[in-house]
Amino acid sequence: MLRRLHSLPGLFAALFLIVLATSGAVLSLSPALERAVATVPPSGAASVAEVAARVLAQYPATEQIERLPSGAVLVYFSQDGNPAADIVDPLTGIRISAYEPSPIFAWIKDLHRSFLLDDIGRGAAGILALLMVVMCFSGTFLLAYRAGGWRHLFSPIRGTGSQRLHTQIARYAVLGLLVSSLTGVWMSAIRFELVTEAEEVEALFPEEVSGGTPTPVGTLNALRAVDLQDLHQLVFPFPDDPNDVYSLRTHQGSGYIDQETGELLSYSDYGSAASLQTFIVELHTGEAFWYVGLILGLAVLMVPVLSVTGVLIWWQRRRALPRLVGNTSAQSADTVILVGSETNTTWGFAKTLHDGLTAAGYHVHTAPMNRLEKQYRKARRLFILAATYGDGAAPASATQFLDKLAKVPDSAQLPWAVLGFGDRQFPSFCAFANEVTTVLRQRGWPQLLETELIDRQSAQTFERWAAALGNTINTPLTLRHVPLRRRTTALLLTEREDFGVEVLAPTSILRFHAAKRGGPLAALRRLLGWSGLPSFEAGDLVGILPPGSDIPRFYSLASASREGVLEICVRRQERGVCSSFLCSLQPEQSGQEVRAFIQYNPLFRPARGKQPVILIGAGTGIAPLVGFIRHNRSHKRSQHPMYLYWGGRSPQSDYLYERDLQSWLQDDRLTGLQTAFSRGGDRAYVQDKLKADAVQVRALLEQGGQVLVCGGRNMAADVAKAMDEILAPLSLSVAGLKAAGRYLEDTY
Amino acid sequence: MKKILATLGLLTAITLPALAEAREVTITTELNAYRGDGAYLAIYVTDAAGKYQRTLHIAGGKSKYYKHLLDWARGSGGKASEYDGMTGASVSSGDSLTIKVDVDDALIDAGYLVRVDSAVEDQREHRIDAEAPLTTAGSGQAVVGKGYVKSLTVTL
Repeated sequence: MLRRLHSLPGLFAALFLIVLATSGAVLSLSPALERAVATVPPSGAASVAEVAARVLAQYPATEQIERLPSGAVLVYFSQDGNPAADIVDPLTGIRISAYEPSPIFAWIKDLHRSFLLDDIGRGAAGILALLMVVMCFSGTFLLAYRAGGWRHLFSPIRGTGSQRLHTQIARYAVLGLLVSSLTGVWMSAIRFELVTEAEEVEALFPEEVSGGTPTPVGTLNALRAVDLQDLHQLVFPFPDDPNDVYSLRTHQGSGYIDQETGELLSYSDYGSAASLQTFIVELHTGEAFWYVGLILGLAVLMVPVLSVTGVLIWWQRRRALPRLVGNTSAQSADTVILVGSETNTTWGFAKTLHDGLTAAGYHVHTAPMNRLEKQYRKARRLFILAATYGDGAAPASATQFLDKLAKVPDSAQLPWAVLGFGDRQFPSFCAFANEVTTVLRQRGWPQLLETELIDRQSAQTFERWAAALGNTINTPLTLRHVPLRRRTTALLLTEREDFGVEVLAPTSILRFHAAKRGGPLAALRRLLGWSGLPSFEAGDLVGILPPGSDIPRFYSLASASREGVLEICVRRQERGVCSSFLCSLQPEQSGQEVRAFIQYNPLFRPARGKQPVILIGAGTGIAPLVGFIRHNRSHKRSQHPMYLYWGGRSPQSDYLYERDLQSWLQDDRLTGLQTAFSRGGDRAYVQDKLKADAVQVRALLEQGGQVLVCGGRNMAADVAKAMDEILAPLSLSVAGLKAAGRYLEDTY
Repeated sequence: MKKILATLGLLTAITLPALAEAREVTITTELNAYRGDGAYLAIYVTDAAGKYQRTLHIAGGKSKYYKHLLDWARGSGGKASEYDGMTGASVSSGDSLTIKVDVDDALIDAGYLVRVDSAVEDQREHRIDAEAPLTTAGSGQAVVGKGYVKSLTVTL
């Protein structure tokens, strides 16, 4: 709901908002530019009487003096019967330049407030400003909700490139955007008389004037009492009319001044309501404070970036979900399917089930597990299809499920069935699905069907489960599951480095480029830095489909797409279909294209900031860690002191990235390096090195350090055990650090 | 004496319009081709001394900006009762505005003047942008304005 309140107005308004914001940003320069050419004496340095006398000396035909909110002083006069205006120096009365409001700024102003369409456009601009207010609020709430509470509003952001950019920029810009849009809404509401405007109380024109010989303007008491900074406008009397008066407008009020006596004949304050209104307008235009104007301008300049990244995020999210034809809304569905998926393969099964039930006449609502509602008014049954992330954790689309479930009252209970997805080779096979089952049983909700666990996307198990499900709901269900086709990119090997053959651990560093980089646009692409690779960061995963298989194998990425290369480390497994295939590739062999897609893994990243980072890995687990170190450059604001603990077999044979690591130690991308080799003279494992460095590890963690572990499951378990021992004196534990997001694992 | 008579005549014009002898007067205000938004104009009658008498027409949609029609605002006090039913749209650069109003006979050839004050957003205001006599002799003769007004023609 919150997300829709954010993305719907955004999608609808993106283009118009870009126009509105860009024009607004340009206009924000105007007060600052005016200020730049003006002489602005400090408060108390000049009275209106002094300035008027100096100006009159230079411009005998002065008709009116005006001080713009920016501080520039204008004089209106007649020259050979033609009206003219100059900007003058208030300290000398001397001309600085002619005053000509820029036609370009005038046009942009018209564009900004009415899209050049007068009242219709003004209405549209007002509505857009209102949408901007809605998006500021919904965005802030969304961010707080995602981050896990208002306290975490400024904690590091996880997510893909555009998500991070969007949130990072929005956090800084939101205040400025709120000021701009709220004041804009206010101005529009006044314009269309939706709120009553407080009118400025005007001074009455005096009944009587002295009518005597005019006194020089510099000696008029009422003008000597007003500081130049308070002046808005001083209209001179007609020179030949002794009954005419000076009329004065300041920031506070208006009045009339006798030419002879110099006394205020009448005066009235505008009133606080009118003054507040003027302030709101001047806040919007930046005229009140030129620097605030520039800050607001800078904030709205971010709107085009926010619009583009926002639309990108929406599109990426949409593309990631399979197309569900006829998804019933949550409150009118009789059957609810919730999906917890990390890699979106589970979504394919959900779609098959959704389509099957819909064809059988059910009204089915399918959604991510995180979108669990407190109540489904018409639902009769709930099916949960859940994968598992890492070592038994909830997958990305189900991280909030159990918390939300705890808030659902038992009065809204539904008969349920759970289907788990995973890979039996891993010890935590379907752990999350089992956890959900346990919780639902404890709640005492009626279970329709025993929880079934599906190993490696087995279509047979799924079809069997569906048949059993059909029996319990008295509807024959024969489902055929066709694995979801993923959009893949064809890669070609650029180069390879081989290691570890001597120690029976053949391992290769493989670097790929997009296969399609020739063609007529190749030169243009190179010029623009398009590599043809999908976008990814070090730490993300690449899913590779070996020839003749639709089941991907995942490898951690050691590079980011902006480097124009896709780099992985592969250890050749005996009878490993995919690793043998990859390790047999030769550079630049056409016909040896590799089908690959990116699986974002945004949770496995060093946090933003400058805290130390301890990287722990073994074997090919070094790949993402190398990526993190490579990007840990000193020109980045968040350069971390990084410490790498890595284990291999033999320093002579499988020491991956040896030369790189040494050079990164030199240029401070890497602060500490400890290697452990399990063969040869000085036999050790990586956890042994950690224990030997216990004092340092503790010190780093006391500084707020973060631990990232990548490698095989057994190694990760050994490391976690060792870390628990190391942490004990600090009353810390791996579990505690994991909960705080400071101990991350990417294991296989 | 003349002034008293004139004032009497004006009073009659205001209080007893149905009984007073009135004449239809055509007033055409042509604007220069200046750069900017539509101009706000106040067209009103003053006596020979420049004292405000009555409003004939206000061009401009938003009453909150009428205070920028400086001399008119001074004389009329900007009171809505002075211009109720006499307002119209602002006049764009280069356009002209023609109005027909009933003016009491007592005001004609008695030293009264038709005056135009003008204002444009973000630009300067003009007090007495143009001024033409309410005389049969001056009827139909264009007077040159000094601000946004190019010419003002009063035809009796």
